[in-house]
Amino acid sequence: MGRWFRSWSMDPPLVAGVLILSIFGIAMIYSAGVTISPQRVVQVAWIRQLAWFGIALGVFTVVSRIPTGWLEWVAVPAYVMSLVLLAVTLVIGTGVGTAAGTKSSIAIAGFRFQPAEVAKLATVLVLARYLASRGSAPASLRDMVAPGFLAAVPLGLVLLQPDLGTAQAFVGILFATLFWAGAPVSLLLLLASPVAALILAFDTRVWSVYIVAVMGALYLLRYRLFLYESAAVLLTNFAAGTIARPLWDSMPPYQQNRILVYLDPQVDPRESGYHIIQSKIAIGNGGMWGKGFTDGTQKRYDFLPEQHTDFIFSVVGEELGFVGVILALLVFAWVMARLVRLAADAEDPFAGIVLMGIFGAWLVHIFVNVGMTVGVVPITGIPLPFVSYGGSFLLMSWVAVALAVRVGHDDERVTG
Amino acid sequence: MNVNHPLVRQRRAQVVYGVLLALIGVLGLGFFRIQVLRSNTYRLTAESNRLRPLDLPAPRGTVFDRNGRVIADNVPGYAVTLLPAPGDSMVATLRRLEEVLPGLAARHDQLEAQARASYGQALVVDGDASYEEVAALEERRAEFPGVYIETRPVRRYAGGAAVGHLMGYIGEIDGEELASDFYDREPYEQGLVVGKGVGIERQYEHLLQGRKGVRYVEVDARRRIVGDFSGIETRLAVPGQDIHLSIDLELQEWIHHIFPDSMMGAVVALDPTDGNVLALYSAPSFDPNLFVGGIDTETWRALNTDPRRPMYNKAILGRFAPASPFKLATAAIGLDLGVVRPDEHMPQPCTGGFQYGRYWRCWKVGGHGDIDLLEAVQHSCDVYFYQLGLRIGLQRLLSEATELGFSTTCGIDLPAESPGIFPRGPEYWEQVFGYAPNESEVLSLSIGQGPNSQTPLKMAQFYTALARDGSAPAPRIYPDGPAPEGDPWRLDLSDEALATLREGLRRVTAPGGTAHMASLELWDLYGKTGTGESNLTQSGLADTDAWFVGMAGPRGGDPEVVVVVLVQSGGGGSATAAPIVAKAADFYLRRKHGIPVDTIQTLGEHVRTRGWPSWYRTILDDAERPTDPGSAGADPVPAPTPAPGAGG
Repeated sequence: MGRWFRSWSMDPPLVAGVLILSIFGIAMIYSAGVTISPQRVVQVAWIRQLAWFGIALGVFTVVSRIPTGWLEWVAVPAYVMSLVLLAVTLVIGTGVGTAAGTKSSIAIAGFRFQPAEVAKLATVLVLARYLASRGSAPASLRDMVAPGFLAAVPLGLVLLQPDLGTAQAFVGILFATLFWAGAPVSLLLLLASPVAALILAFDTRVWSVYIVAVMGALYLLRYRLFLYESAAVLLTNFAAGTIARPLWDSMPPYQQNRILVYLDPQVDPRESGYHIIQSKIAIGNGGMWGKGFTDGTQKRYDFLPEQHTDFIFSVVGEELGFVGVILALLVFAWVMARLVRLAADAEDPFAGIVLMGIFGAWLVHIFVNVGMTVGVVPITGIPLPFVSYGGSFLLMSWVAVALAVRVGHDDERVTG
Repeated sequence: MNVNHPLVRQRRAQVVYGVLLALIGVLGLGFFRIQVLRSNTYRLTAESNRLRPLDLPAPRGTVFDRNGRVIADNVPGYAVTLLPAPGDSMVATLRRLEEVLPGLAARHDQLEAQARASYGQALVVDGDASYEEVAALEERRAEFPGVYIETRPVRRYAGGAAVGHLMGYIGEIDGEELASDFYDREPYEQGLVVGKGVGIERQYEHLLQGRKGVRYVEVDARRRIVGDFSGIETRLAVPGQDIHLSIDLELQEWIHHIFPDSMMGAVVALDPTDGNVLALYSAPSFDPNLFVGGIDTETWRALNTDPRRPMYNKAILGRFAPASPFKLATAAIGLDLGVVRPDEHMPQPCTGGFQYGRYWRCWKVGGHGDIDLLEAVQHSCDVYFYQLGLRIGLQRLLSEATELGFSTTCGIDLPAESPGIFPRGPEYWEQVFGYAPNESEVLSLSIGQGPNSQTPLKMAQFYTALARDGSAPAPRIYPDGPAPEGDPWRLDLSDEALATLREGLRRVTAPGGTAHMASLELWDLYGKTGTGESNLTQSGLADTDAWFVGMAGPRGGDPEVVVVVLVQSGGGGSATAAPIVAKAADFYLRRKHGIPVDTIQTLGEHVRTRGWPSWYRTILDDAERPTDPGSAGADPVPAPTPAPGAGG
């Protein structure tokens, strides 16, 4: 009993934070089911989530005992296996609910799970192992090719499902781990520069200014970069700028609309713009103090779509108001800051990078999910950790907590 | 540089904290903007998202008759309403609704146009759905989320077709009406049901129209109504004002009952005590209940293309040559001017005609002999009135008759009325016919022929003056309503002159009179038959129009009811029109005096069904009343079947 409890008490601030979030999530899922014409699936979702929460706690106690060495050892096989699973998913996978058109999950013995969730953690582990074993910080763009590749393969497979939301998490993982491994911010910016070129290419003048700025940056960094690296950066920027238009044209209209409605939801208020419009109305309707738990009218009268999954935070906004939103965000900030703190305290580079990998993934999830409910970022299907309904997602989030607790406190264990 | 040195880690952690803080800050600001700065806007949007205002239609005012009987009121009915939605969506729902409510298909184009025009407003697709239709719709409720069934007051006309022309009808206000001055005020707006036609519904629209209320319901994202909303106060509908008419509904229904189905014509009954309207009827009529909730195109077309013109109120709009009943006007004007005394004989006795430029015939080929004014009225002698007209003179006849009101409207409280056609002066002939009139025109005019066309209502007003003291106010249907616009009728006649004219009229129904078979057991029936010539009759295409302009009252007393009957193509007035007048007057007077009503009323009816009635002796005695100004010398033994006299 004592040993069981010790795994819980290893990091009370972190565990308390995610416990609060998980219970809060179950409560909000319950509220999401309280509508004027209830759908059975949504109505009982909170019970399923509660069951998964129990399972997740059990898994947590087990995983949090795995020695860090085992984790390092298991990183590569786990990574390879998750890639295989992702590939298999592309063939036999199915989608659920609004993601019905995608191949994102596989059903095993009646349970659905999303290999992408496993792949995220496996990628964190494999990146941590690779970067930690290098011994020195990635100091050039060339040093970033291998980690970039490790992240790009699962990212690409997830994009093929297609699941743009989850794919973004791999970007977060890559940049967070590179940064923690010591990569200079300037190089990371250069690494990200083609994405900016892709977006800015829609205005030729802005793009021209941007390219000049990139060239200037390359000049300033000329002592830290090989010539071919500079050339590669410039080329990819040009390439991104060139393919932007054809890429846009090749996108299906619904994807184009998702981007267009981000700029102005009213271009398609009934289809693509509907989610963001109704979500903002719900949140604005909440005002400072909210309509009260279960009493949000937007949700109650079915105007709010996906209210128990991707748009659960709109329910928070409508029913608990600005005050509730800020409190929820503060708990998230608390959990995230705790991860950073653990990373900063970790003597073991592997431990620190794993913690930051988890941090990177969650940061993308939280920022993109919460941001899309208020129109800060475009809508992509991405759940909110611990709060959105989704069994395997909750489970894997708790596995991530277990890893964080495990690696974050390895030093104490060794000494204690 | 050791990337894993604690200080380096701390510095990196600071950067990460910074990024975390920045992103959480961006999110917080996003929520602040929507939840604190612009919350009111979003709150309103959320309300309009789920709240739909529904009109609570106000019941129109109830219309009562003079005895407190209901002419028009409201009963609970069902209305099928489409909740506001984009036009396309409403039209799609409409199409599917037509499968359940087949009646809608006939009005599809109209409803589609309305659905597209009235964005943001509920659309009433059927204002008077039957219980069966509603039941069928309820069964398939789930298929029609945007459809709402509500109970609403529905207009009912107890008298049905009997009151069609009197009441007019109701219908949804159209664009033209909405733009008119009449509706340029509260609460008129699209979709409102208003009075139409030329009846009371339109005339007193502003009184009868209530003020609609509003009720809010909550709808879900699929526009299904999920309940009433109590947060915003429901505003109750304010019913329209009730009005009490001078109409006698039972008399109105009785007239509808006795007027021959196949005939066209009009009936007007006035109360001589105040000039108010007791009954106003035009045949054929229409049932105003057909219009409630929207009339279907086919019925509407049928009503409007029927050659007998059921939608045309002949009592106030139709104009007919007044014929013999107008002779009373000539007589009255002569007496008024003092050119004739009641007992005066004309220089030339009637020999069947009169030489004036050409030979002017009397209707009676054998002639009436040397008679006085009373006998001339009784026998409708043309020759007497030719000479009387010449005494008055064309100029004076025109100006006097115009002064009396034969060129204008009566000013009845209805939305439309045709003015009488009568030349205001000699220039009329030049304008209309292109020649100057000579004095001989007065001969035609004095016997009710020539350029003279009057509405049945106008003739009723004129005879009301004869039934009173020579004056008659503008006829009113709603006596408590706004003051009349028309000028009252004014004849300056001595009591003796009036008594003479009335006695002449009474003898028309007395033994030997042309309308004797219309005489009644209990009442003195006065009247004048008339046979109007129209263009159709002159060309032999139709029978002549039959008039009977009459009044009735207790024996020896003042007339208590004036009834005018015009039967188009009715032949002679005594055969077709007079019995209707007699039966209507008898019905009204019996009820007024608390005497049971019988369906066998006139002498003619008694003779045909039960033989000569016992009360006939009274009539014969009455014929020799000492008050007789002249000696009619009636035959005491009546012919078993007196030939109906030619009207003219």
